[in-house]
Amino acid sequence: MDNIRESLLKQSAATRKDRFGRYISLAALLLIVVVVLSIFWFVASKGLATFFANKVNLWDFLTGTKWAPGQKDANGHPFVGAAPMIVGSFLVTLISALIATPFAIGTAVFMTEISPKRGAKILGPVTELLVGIPSVVYGFIGLSVIVPVMRHLFGGSGFGILAGAMVLFVMILPTVTSMTVDTLKSVPRHYRESSLALGATRWQMIYKVILRAATPGILTAVVFGMARAFGEALAVQMVVGNAALMPQNLTSPAATLTSVLTQGIGNTVMGSLENNALWSLALILLLMSLVFNSVIRAIAKKGAM
Amino acid sequence: MAEKILTTENVRLYYGEKEALHGINLDYDKFGITALIGPSGSGKSTYLRALNRMHDLTDNVTVNGTFLFKGQDIYAPSTDTVELRKDIGMVFQQPNPFPFSIYDNVAFGMRISGEKNKAVLDEMVETSLKQAAIWNEVKDDLHKSALSLSGGQQQRVSIARALATSPEILLLDEPTAALDPVSAHAVENTLMQLRDKLTMIIVTHSMAQASRISDRTAFFMNGDLIEANDTKKMFLDPDKKETQDYISGRFG
Repeated sequence: MDNIRESLLKQSAATRKDRFGRYISLAALLLIVVVVLSIFWFVASKGLATFFANKVNLWDFLTGTKWAPGQKDANGHPFVGAAPMIVGSFLVTLISALIATPFAIGTAVFMTEISPKRGAKILGPVTELLVGIPSVVYGFIGLSVIVPVMRHLFGGSGFGILAGAMVLFVMILPTVTSMTVDTLKSVPRHYRESSLALGATRWQMIYKVILRAATPGILTAVVFGMARAFGEALAVQMVVGNAALMPQNLTSPAATLTSVLTQGIGNTVMGSLENNALWSLALILLLMSLVFNSVIRAIAKKGAM
Repeated sequence: MAEKILTTENVRLYYGEKEALHGINLDYDKFGITALIGPSGSGKSTYLRALNRMHDLTDNVTVNGTFLFKGQDIYAPSTDTVELRKDIGMVFQQPNPFPFSIYDNVAFGMRISGEKNKAVLDEMVETSLKQAAIWNEVKDDLHKSALSLSGGQQQRVSIARALATSPEILLLDEPTAALDPVSAHAVENTLMQLRDKLTMIIVTHSMAQASRISDRTAFFMNGDLIEANDTKKMFLDPDKKETQDYISGRFG
């Protein structure tokens, strides 16, 4: 009797292990949370210092078109207009996503619906490989192939938004494609069977049923690609021209938030206005990635309904 | 002799090297319900899917034999599977409406054949939903997602969707197997109402269902057709001992 009583009151080894495992995962989670929060705190405190410590007007910062933090205008205000970079970042992102989406959908449809065998054997590994290529390689190819082509086609130096968008298009294509492939694969088989059983041709099945059922997933893939394009720094910096000017056309030298950041952050003194202004750009990047994230979540939620 | 709308002769089907159907001979009168019964793995669903060439979608399947739909060879190279499947519709075991509105689901078949006239679509959607005995339940929210309906309603929408292409034959692969008894009953009633206008071939595991709704019954076992007869005769006085054993539950 006492044995039973004792074993009921005492924790078993299994329970202790179970609790131990739970603590380990909880600790890992907490660590991640702390890291993320610290990043936010750090970027925000530095980025907001531009407005609080250096008294830059937020509106001037967002809409000003002259970026020269070291210089001051007649009224003694520093030139910290971030609009050219914000516009540049959005333009390269949108253009690259616009070009990448049809290609990604086409490739994904080929890989899942038209030729699944060849798709799985050849195209699958190829797209995975493309994801793994370092961005400096993409940038270098952009520099030695795309920029000269742009120069030849449109004149000027060849550096600019369009060159940046073309490089980003190639960079985000594999991401968008492989996510679209996953989405198409998750469309239930019975949608295919029942649409064919209703007398649909294969093409009608693809674009009237499968793509329609997969729309939320495809949108998620595109936004994911846009998030990647928005945050990509090195490859863009190599081809965009790095002139913090309002882009006059798509082939004139321009800049993005990331390209200005990578160029400037090593050449400024911590705590100076020049440095703080760069952190403000980083804060915009961070907020934008939050926006992309929430959009993805919102789409996923809507798609699940 | 009533007019035969569909005849199948010496149907042999292979999965790779393995023969799954060993020469089935079966034909169907115009209108009425034929039930295909038999244990799992007996080949009845496999046979059913051969009738509108659904096996074309699967690699490695070879279908031999003669299939004549109104005298026309179903497996002839010149046969247009798209047209064929409009004439020989199919309803599956799982209720599987597309993730669209009820209206778009039912209109799907007509839209893919190029019908754009709103009035024609409206009328056909209404007729089909009425034929499938679900009009009264959904008429007020035709633009609601079909996925928000109950399983039984979804299955009747699937039937309406198949009816909307005006098929002459409707193949039903265990249409009530995934439904609760009440929904199953509603679907059965739907089929009964259609028996004068449509030829239906239904695969079912429920002996009671076969005896309730079908005019003729065919018993499959291990890829062979054991017996096909009038349902009454089949259930009261079958010719073959295997049929008797299966129907009375003394099987295996």
